[in-house]
Amino acid sequence: MISSIIFIILAIASTAFFIYNAKKVRRNIFLGRDVDISGDSSKRLNTMLRVAFGQSKMATRPIPFILHLFVYVGFVLINIEVLEMVVDGLFHTHRVFSFLGSFYNFLIGFFEILAFLVTFGCAVFLIRRNVVHVKRLAMKELSGWPKMDANIILCSEIVLMSALFLMNAADQTLQARGNEHYHTAGSFPISHFIAPLLSGMSDGGLVFIERFCWWLHIFGIFGFLNYLPYSKHFHILLAFPNTYLSNLNPKGKFTNLDSVTDVVKPNFDPSYQPVTDPNNPQRFGAKDVFDLNWKQLLDAYTCTECGRCTSSCPQNITGKTLSPRKIMMDTRDRLVEVGKNIDANKGTFVDDGKSLLGDYITNEEIWACNTCNACVQECPVNIDPLSIITDLRRFLVMEQSTAPTELNGMFSNLENNGAPWQFSPADRANWVNEN
Amino acid sequence: MSDTIKVSTMAEMAASGETPEILFWVGCSGSFDDRAKKITRAIVRILNHVNIKFAILGMEESCTGDPAKRAGNEFLFQMQAMQNITTLNNYSIKKIVTGCPHCFNTIKNEYPQLGGQYEVIHHTQLVQELINEGKLKVQGGEFKGKKIVYHDPCYLGRANDVYEAPRDVIKNLDVDLVEMKRSKAKGLCCGAGGAQMFKEAEKGNKEVNVERAEEALAENPDVIAVGCPFCNTMMTDGVKHFNKEDKTKVLDVAELVVKANNL
Repeated sequence: MISSIIFIILAIASTAFFIYNAKKVRRNIFLGRDVDISGDSSKRLNTMLRVAFGQSKMATRPIPFILHLFVYVGFVLINIEVLEMVVDGLFHTHRVFSFLGSFYNFLIGFFEILAFLVTFGCAVFLIRRNVVHVKRLAMKELSGWPKMDANIILCSEIVLMSALFLMNAADQTLQARGNEHYHTAGSFPISHFIAPLLSGMSDGGLVFIERFCWWLHIFGIFGFLNYLPYSKHFHILLAFPNTYLSNLNPKGKFTNLDSVTDVVKPNFDPSYQPVTDPNNPQRFGAKDVFDLNWKQLLDAYTCTECGRCTSSCPQNITGKTLSPRKIMMDTRDRLVEVGKNIDANKGTFVDDGKSLLGDYITNEEIWACNTCNACVQECPVNIDPLSIITDLRRFLVMEQSTAPTELNGMFSNLENNGAPWQFSPADRANWVNEN
Repeated sequence: MSDTIKVSTMAEMAASGETPEILFWVGCSGSFDDRAKKITRAIVRILNHVNIKFAILGMEESCTGDPAKRAGNEFLFQMQAMQNITTLNNYSIKKIVTGCPHCFNTIKNEYPQLGGQYEVIHHTQLVQELINEGKLKVQGGEFKGKKIVYHDPCYLGRANDVYEAPRDVIKNLDVDLVEMKRSKAKGLCCGAGGAQMFKEAEKGNKEVNVERAEEALAENPDVIAVGCPFCNTMMTDGVKHFNKEDKTKVLDVAELVVKANNL
């Protein structure tokens, strides 16, 4: 009875705290400019099912794909068992779904195998990060908290799975002893290897272990849920909306700046009606997170820092400072900082003299970009670092006029000659008569 | 190979009341860069060979604005775009073939929103169509059995998902088409895009074009085939960096077709 009450209080408190934090994330995301992402719902649903649910973009790198699949499928399906654990906890039953008979035994056995694969996957991931030092997982932008975050996630999952195994080992030992509460149910292809280690314990000791692991698992799940909004691991939820809201245009199509069109187009088409609000002029491009749109900010919260983008970036490969992953991490870090500022100042942002461009991302980084879309192509959850880089460039060029000198030369050639080089437009068709 | 090519400008055609089947958008590189001008002439030889009635804008063509747009200068881009759209619409242009993936991408994807709606294809797509329709018969000629590696231009490949048209054309030449480790959607940029062509690279430990040329040369090819004048420049420089220019040539897909068939 007391345990049921504790459980209910815990469930309500952790859900409430999660919603409180998730709402903060939502508020932060919508600090971004509005952008119309609507229509094409069947195409969007298809993209979400294929890319997020079906993990289609992971498959290009087979080893992490398989290991991640273990963890992903295990995480999703083991929740069915957690549902039973919750019911058992609330009503003081034992394996309440065991009336399913042999199908139940199959399920419990299957979940144990999944749990083993999750443990295996996480262990290999830990080795890849901390022992083998896979290049994209050991870059300097990950030092400190991001590395710690990754290790916390992996270790937590191993602890959760271990609790499950130990719980089942104690349970099956009690079942074998004919303990009244622990009636025979389930099959235990993994934990029966652990059970012999417990054979010398008293019934009371076994019940303690079984209950302790149950609570550990329950606490672990609620703890993990509340860790998400603070962690890169939030991707397990945001991957779904983020892929649903994917850019469906060809990757080469960059956004059109309507505010610029409103200035340029009347020169060519006197009947043109401006589309932006002249009373609410917006900065050209982006200097800070407020200048990005909410989808770009959702991208930042969705990023799980896997670094596929950076490992495919031609500039990063050749030793430049540009790293698309760092662009996303910086955007999120700045947004979190802005969010804390708002919280500390009763709901309004007080200028802190800082900005995304300058304090987080340097000009050198963004001027290195080839706009080749390799990062966009690689991202398993359809994040678009290039759109942020482009908006930062727009700010530098159109608001600050601080493009690299050679690019300013290119711009003036374009203006004067209609070509990026210093050639006369009159010579444009000279090739016709040259051999 | 005949020495002369036949080229009309839109102004000439309009003056004589004619309408071209297709407008050939030459692009700045194809107009002014000495190496790229050869590619432009190769494209024209193919168009002449199959008797397509085409026109160029000539002096009325101006940069699409691609490098300005990628560099963040949206004002300059839209000025260029509006100027070109006005010219194209005045001539009631419906269909455009470009010799450059950057022009292709910009006109196809970024002009419609500013009032320029055209059917736009890249020259490798046009050549593929001509071969498929039986209008252009090709054979391998000097390239028969030669090892050719194709480098995907970012703005044709990833940006617009055109991976097969250039490869299909090359395959029609009876060559040994090989793939680099990073190809198609995973292809590595040549280093020119995003207006990098017009500036020095940031500090690093390697030039992007050297990295890419090294990867292409690892296949030990006779030819590195490209579909973009900027990739051509970058790959040519990369091959020279490794002193392999005698063994490995960098050629546009259009040049392969023209050379193999003496067009």
